[in-house]
Amino acid sequence: MNRRLLLGIPLVAAGAAGVAFYAMLHGMETGTFDPRGTNSMLIDKPLPDFTLAGFTSADVRAAGHPVVINFFASWCVPCVDEAPTLMALAQAGVSLWGIAYKDKPAATDAFLARHGNPFTRLARDEPGTVAIDWGVTGVPESYLIDANGIVRWRFTGPLPLAATKILAEKLHA
Amino acid sequence: MIRLALLLLLLSGPAWAISDPSEALPDPKQEARAVEIGQQLRCLVCQNESIEDSGADLARDLRKIVRTQVAQGKSDQEVIAWLVARYGDFVRLRPPIRWDTALLWASPLVALLAGAAAFIAMRRRPPQAPAPLDAAEQKRLNRLLES
Amino acid sequence: MIAELGHFALALAVAFAVVQAILPLWGAWRGEARLMQAAPALAIGQAIALIVSFGCLVAVSVNDDFSVSNIYENSNTLKPLLYKITGAWGSHEGSILFWCLVLSLCGGAVALFGNPLPSGLRARVIGILGVTACGFEAFCLTESNPFTRIWPPPANGQDMNPLLQDPGLAFHPPMLYAGYVGFAIPFAFAVAALLEGRIDAAWGRWVRPWTLGAWCCLTGGIALGSWWSYYVLGWGGFWFWDPVENASLLPWLTGTALLHSAIVVEKREALKTWTVLLAIGTFALSLSGTFLVRSGILNSVHSFANDPARGVFILGLLALIIGGALLIFAIRAPTLGSSGLFAPVSREGALVLNNILLCSIAAVVMTGTIYPLFTDLLTSEKISVGPPFFNATVLPLATPVFLAMSLGPTLSWKRAALAPAMMRLWWAALIALAVAGIASFGMNALPAFAMGAAAWMVAGAVAEIVERIRLFRVPVANSLQRLVALPLSTFGTTLGHAGLGVTIAGIAGMSMAASQIVLMHPGDSIPLAGYDFKLLDLHDAKGSNYNARVADIAISRKGVPVVTLSPERRAFTTQTMTTTEAKIHTNLLADLYVVLGDERDGAAVMRLHWNPLAPWIWLGALIMALGGACSLVDRRLRIAAPTRASVRVGTLRA
Repeated sequence: MNRRLLLGIPLVAAGAAGVAFYAMLHGMETGTFDPRGTNSMLIDKPLPDFTLAGFTSADVRAAGHPVVINFFASWCVPCVDEAPTLMALAQAGVSLWGIAYKDKPAATDAFLARHGNPFTRLARDEPGTVAIDWGVTGVPESYLIDANGIVRWRFTGPLPLAATKILAEKLHA
Repeated sequence: MIRLALLLLLLSGPAWAISDPSEALPDPKQEARAVEIGQQLRCLVCQNESIEDSGADLARDLRKIVRTQVAQGKSDQEVIAWLVARYGDFVRLRPPIRWDTALLWASPLVALLAGAAAFIAMRRRPPQAPAPLDAAEQKRLNRLLES
Repeated sequence: MIAELGHFALALAVAFAVVQAILPLWGAWRGEARLMQAAPALAIGQAIALIVSFGCLVAVSVNDDFSVSNIYENSNTLKPLLYKITGAWGSHEGSILFWCLVLSLCGGAVALFGNPLPSGLRARVIGILGVTACGFEAFCLTESNPFTRIWPPPANGQDMNPLLQDPGLAFHPPMLYAGYVGFAIPFAFAVAALLEGRIDAAWGRWVRPWTLGAWCCLTGGIALGSWWSYYVLGWGGFWFWDPVENASLLPWLTGTALLHSAIVVEKREALKTWTVLLAIGTFALSLSGTFLVRSGILNSVHSFANDPARGVFILGLLALIIGGALLIFAIRAPTLGSSGLFAPVSREGALVLNNILLCSIAAVVMTGTIYPLFTDLLTSEKISVGPPFFNATVLPLATPVFLAMSLGPTLSWKRAALAPAMMRLWWAALIALAVAGIASFGMNALPAFAMGAAAWMVAGAVAEIVERIRLFRVPVANSLQRLVALPLSTFGTTLGHAGLGVTIAGIAGMSMAASQIVLMHPGDSIPLAGYDFKLLDLHDAKGSNYNARVADIAISRKGVPVVTLSPERRAFTTQTMTTTEAKIHTNLLADLYVVLGDERDGAAVMRLHWNPLAPWIWLGALIMALGGACSLVDRRLRIAAPTRASVRVGTLRA
């Protein structure tokens, strides 16, 4: 009897692994599981202190209303895809502040001229050190800061059109 | 889409570029320490490489930060903690030893013990008594014994 | 037209596989001789169908038929011919078809060379291979069809990833797949034995050649992959504990344990349950590796495109094949019969220790590889498990294996005395200590210890032959006679164990590698490890589908020229990607390794390496594979099943 239990262990272990992998695959299809994504360390924490020509962290806190900070660059192709969404968000009343990551000022300005400037305020992080303080790994990345200066949400990649709804949810959560 | 962004980040610099000699710290001991720390840090935009081995821009930036801090006299733990504060434990190639990684770090011992236990358990077998004979077989046995 | 032919052949193969899965197993169950004898023909039919199918894929690639979407996605008119052929197995769909091809060739091999087997066992083995083939060919036909067309056909293709356009990488997949898929045969043997309800010494003997064959190929495949990453990726690393590398190491570890375990089954009819579980487990690990890479779950340089839907199909296949086998195992293993007893200190005991250690290493590598996934699934926390973890956990487990390897073969079966066995190896221990001592002058403690362990392994391996030929205990002529009469499998063991020692020595040597990253102008000369590296010039070159920038480096030692190396940086025209071509010069004791980096104002960043003993890493693997081949060729392993001798009427005495 004992032996039979022992010999059944490989089957049970394989079964458990199978269920777990199925859960992973299902999660990948629905978007809840992303083996290639990373977590942000800033969620529910105050935004990191920084000073850039353009605006500083103090300015963000002083704004008194929720702000979406968007890291972008002129050399980033998905940012081109994101540009219309950002324009729509700006028109819908979302306060967008942009940080140009590792970008020459002339190139940034040309990008904004070509695709439209949705940003209320613009800062330039040419060396990329401020982005590292935020834990940014690529562009575009967007961060939602609430009225008290707490980071509530991070999104990597171009913001989807449904973002307004998500932003509203996150603010009232 | 996220993949595309990361992929582009990978290709934005020359792929597989080797590091710049001007990056190295002048003091060889400090440089060696920086390399050692760097080998424990994951390049966040690559597939499974350390920042020392990767040619990505972000890896180069992180290498610079490591060297700056080493030159300032920070300890290994302080440098790693600085990066973990920003990127999470994901950046550590050597997972931290905590309650939730206990099973991971204990796996060599657990595997050995499990193997030994399985072997011992399989050895402990009651001697298999032969199955009792049914009526026809018993009759045949009797006939053989009597002849 | 050719693509359609290939498509049809694939469908035909599925048909063969279905019949192959049903008839022989039914026949073996019912004892119907004719159905059982149909098995080899079916297996050969399936193999031919797949050879035709894969041949068509290669033909379509060579003909630049861009109306086939697989060719459009992976090829280009400018791609060199070699890579048009070998690229057939480089894409996901092509590699699955190749997988199926190798599986069918395995079935064909059992059909052709399995005559010594009893017909029931052979039928079951072929039947189980048919079940596996069914699943994968159906997957290929439906989800991963390499023959799908696109319309209108584009004028040219997207070209293959430049990193894959390399001779080493061209041959790494076939060898690796031969290994992965080859373990399907021992798997089939194990399940067949469970179904029959019998495992005996003969089974142990029959399963071993097939296991050896697969093991040799897997050893070669892993070594090729490691060697490729060494010379292509540009910083002299050869093993990164990358999830896909780990996925190939796992079946190798359990496959090695299986090889050794099968010996005990053959010699002593012991460890039967364990051997059967290892056979199932090794193939299960190769299948799981395939699954993890292709589903997009694993984060790796090797992964094919992210496709969860594809992953679900493969997971289903795995559930069927692995789950089915383990279920049969759980039900039937108790009927396998009692095993021979042995004392803890004996050759069986040493082999059990070997098994436990190898499987523990496999368990640790597997845990490390999938732990981040499970943590993410359960807690949404992201952690990384990288080389620091694996090095810290695997080395302590591997060291006892290295040390015990030389001792094991000297112990006798059933019950052995440890002290006399250790005494017999006194000279090997002396050599090991001497080597470690000498090494410690040039190396740090751990590499020096590793060198000593390597010497112990090589000397210990040779010790078995020394013992057998009774060297220095009988006249030399007598010893030589014995040497020639030794069975090949003895040399197989010696080469196998010694090969591992050579690889360990190579790894130890690499840890003392010296390197310099330096900005050089033409005419500059940099000293490194006793050599002088002089940059002669930088110029352009052109390949068929790339433009290159080349540096010429003249290397000399004490004024005597050694070699001129020309590393390149290639910019591919279709896929905008740059690759570096490192150039290596080896004298089999050390590698000189040069890489060209960025250029600035007429100067170039050069990376110069001196890698002592690096070639031994792959030389050792080659020696191991050679050992496996020696054992494979040994005639004693091919003894047939007893057959009824025909009796002439009238010769029987009343």
